[in-house]
Amino acid sequence: MVNFIWLGMIVFGIIVAGANGNIEAVTRAALDGADSAVKISISLIAIITFWLGIMKLAEEAGLVRALAWLARPVMRFLFPSVPKDHPAMGAIVMNLSANILGLGNAATPMGLIAMRELQKLNRGRDTASDAMCTFLALNTSCITLIPTTIIGIRLLYGSADPTEIVGPTIMATAFSMCVAVVVDRILRRLYSGRRW
Amino acid sequence: MFGLITELSRWAIPVVLLMVPLIAALRGVKVYETFVGGAEAGFATAVKIIPYLVAMMVAISIFRASGAMEALVMFLSPFLNIIGLPAEVLPHAIMRPLSGGAALGIASDTIKTYGPDSFIGRLVSTMQGSCDTTFYVLTLYFGSVGICKYRYSIILGLVADLTTLAASIFIVRTIFGI
Repeated sequence: MVNFIWLGMIVFGIIVAGANGNIEAVTRAALDGADSAVKISISLIAIITFWLGIMKLAEEAGLVRALAWLARPVMRFLFPSVPKDHPAMGAIVMNLSANILGLGNAATPMGLIAMRELQKLNRGRDTASDAMCTFLALNTSCITLIPTTIIGIRLLYGSADPTEIVGPTIMATAFSMCVAVVVDRILRRLYSGRRW
Repeated sequence: MFGLITELSRWAIPVVLLMVPLIAALRGVKVYETFVGGAEAGFATAVKIIPYLVAMMVAISIFRASGAMEALVMFLSPFLNIIGLPAEVLPHAIMRPLSGGAALGIASDTIKTYGPDSFIGRLVSTMQGSCDTTFYVLTLYFGSVGICKYRYSIILGLVADLTTLAASIFIVRTIFGI
């Protein structure tokens, strides 16, 4: 799937550029893309390093375990393949909470820690596990309470009520989160036994 | 309600930064050594992501700059009109899962053109607030642990994005009228 999309974007892009007589844009775009990817990764070093330190403290203090224990009923339903009280559970709860509160900077490192823990449980080393797929579905469809950036933009362009979209955003994300959980269950069954 | 949530977001991180080291210290953890020990992996994790992110962002960048995205928008708009998606928000809907920065640019441009309190403006605001950059998140998270076979993750992510899109249209129509 990812191979197909990746190749499709490049091939289709180059064909369209050629047909439009815009072929020189391709080279520039490729280098620009690579450049911003490296810049993003580099800028992540600071927050990842910082939050990995804090998370290690939380782990040693038993806080991650406590959080996993608190959220156990929901988490056991969502992640049946992860042993209860596993550190992955705590990290997933922290990532989703940070996401819900709109704390993107903190959410990413916590999510990466959750992935690291899930990878320890994953025997097929370069293939995503069921739990990883569920986690990423929750992560991308997660409820958003305050979409801060777009509120700022609405304010900038003179909206009479910049925050009026908060209610619709919460409803739309809550709905899509429920759908994601259901579709995840269906796909998990369809793909069970298939390791690709 | 809104004020409460904003306040909660403002306090969340400082409270975590206060409580975590404090509780750790009370439970006899050597806080400084432990922090440094955990933080050690930060650089390696960030560097490990680079090849995955470069691969994905190069493809997205070519796709955008070549005009292929506009071609896709033109091709898709008759179908999406049927489900009630206005053509004006289609570029945003397609860009949202691919690139956070580009989608934000399109959103702010659309809001500027149609006004924040128009139907289009409210719809694009809700879409920007509720969808996530699915491809970026998948690439980043899977890349950090060296996974390149995503199985059904992409389908699932796109289903979630489409659901959010449909829900946004329905909710904005219902709440604010057309």
